[in-house]
Amino acid sequence: MQNRNLISISDLKKEEILSLLKRAQEFEKNPNQNILEGKVVGSLFFEPSTRTRLSFETAVNRLGGRVIGFSDASTSSQSKGETLKDTIMMVANYADLIVMRHPLEGAARYASEISKVPVINAGDGSNQHPTQTMLDLYTIYQTQGTLENLTITMVGDLKYGRTVHSLLEAMHFFNPKFKFVACEELRMPKQYKEYCKKLGIEYEETKEFNEGIINQTDILYMTRVQRERFSDIMEYERVKNIYTLTASMLKGCKKNLRVLHPLPRVTEIAQDVDDTPQAYYFEQALNGLYTREAIICRALGI
Amino acid sequence: MSNQTKKEMAVAALRNGIVIDHIPCVSLFKVVNILGIEQMDNSVTIGNNLGSKSMGKKGLIKIAEVELPKETLNRIAVIAPNAVINIIKDYEVVEKHKVTIPEDLVDIVRCNNPKCISNNEPMATHFHVIDKENNVLKCRYCERTVTHNEVILK
Repeated sequence: MQNRNLISISDLKKEEILSLLKRAQEFEKNPNQNILEGKVVGSLFFEPSTRTRLSFETAVNRLGGRVIGFSDASTSSQSKGETLKDTIMMVANYADLIVMRHPLEGAARYASEISKVPVINAGDGSNQHPTQTMLDLYTIYQTQGTLENLTITMVGDLKYGRTVHSLLEAMHFFNPKFKFVACEELRMPKQYKEYCKKLGIEYEETKEFNEGIINQTDILYMTRVQRERFSDIMEYERVKNIYTLTASMLKGCKKNLRVLHPLPRVTEIAQDVDDTPQAYYFEQALNGLYTREAIICRALGI
Repeated sequence: MSNQTKKEMAVAALRNGIVIDHIPCVSLFKVVNILGIEQMDNSVTIGNNLGSKSMGKKGLIKIAEVELPKETLNRIAVIAPNAVINIIKDYEVVEKHKVTIPEDLVDIVRCNNPKCISNNEPMATHFHVIDKENNVLKCRYCERTVTHNEVILK
């Protein structure tokens, strides 16, 4: 049988990514279809995540399926000391598919090994969040009409942000150029720069976030700089302001530039950007519904 | 009989069995552990800090009247990449080869990441060897990489 789990974005070949995007396009035209009738999806959120959980559960509901599960580990048997294995074995008896978020890294991979039904990873600690990457890819495709030959500028927390790492890995199929904009403390890890070098992907690294960079960019991917990453609170305050995007910085940008953000945003995108034609982060979040509909159908072989 | 074999025989002559040579001194007892030598009934000779032309000092293990599959012996490659296996039959070295690191290491190495599921569930660890030359491992679960000198055995 074909492996229908989705655990890590690197599990997907180029053709699989493209066929998922095509499927998502169909769901965008018609998000309500009764194709999951009689199917039960186990939604196991061992760690709370409102946005991702609601997006998945909406996807199942709009396709006519039903959802069982929990949204917080304290309401599951895990709080009684049950192993993950036992929880998965039990739910796999009831459900046709498992969607899971877990605070421990690798939990989804392990669950997929013991589960007799397919598993979709909805985030495992700071490791992987492949459905976020798929919705990012879909949004890029939707706004640019292609994934090929784009210049993608990533700004903010490039060290700990798993979304930028997964996006970088997924884009390697499409001949991208990257610009990494971050302060010293949050630079893109060496491992990913080596990855680019090995594959001959052009990249530029800078601490300056200005119009010069923005005007060369097709996709401006902003991320949140988190206070807890800094030992020096003064440094945090300084960095936070340097890497804030304002509407005036977009004045000379390319017409096709779009600003993306995995959300929640705090101060890194000023409110006045919301009213520019370049702001696209709310549409991006909506795309999570279509791409998750496509990913669920792939998992169930529908 | 070569000089090398004569020197080994000086430790204890082996009629039939296996000699594992050129083990780094720091790894010797880990090798003993990985191969489960403690549980064996066979006669075993363990030498450490022995002189070696190529390594300065080395460790060495002799196990009498035993045959171990290649896959089992290759498990030590992660901590003793230059170890040499000598198969002895009737006091003669009938086969001699270096260990080779396998593609996958199952339940040998522990993950260094405390937030990895493999450190929080009663389960086997699993590493893919992504760089055989430099002994770089990647955890199948949390996807972190571990280099040769960071390896912690389970």
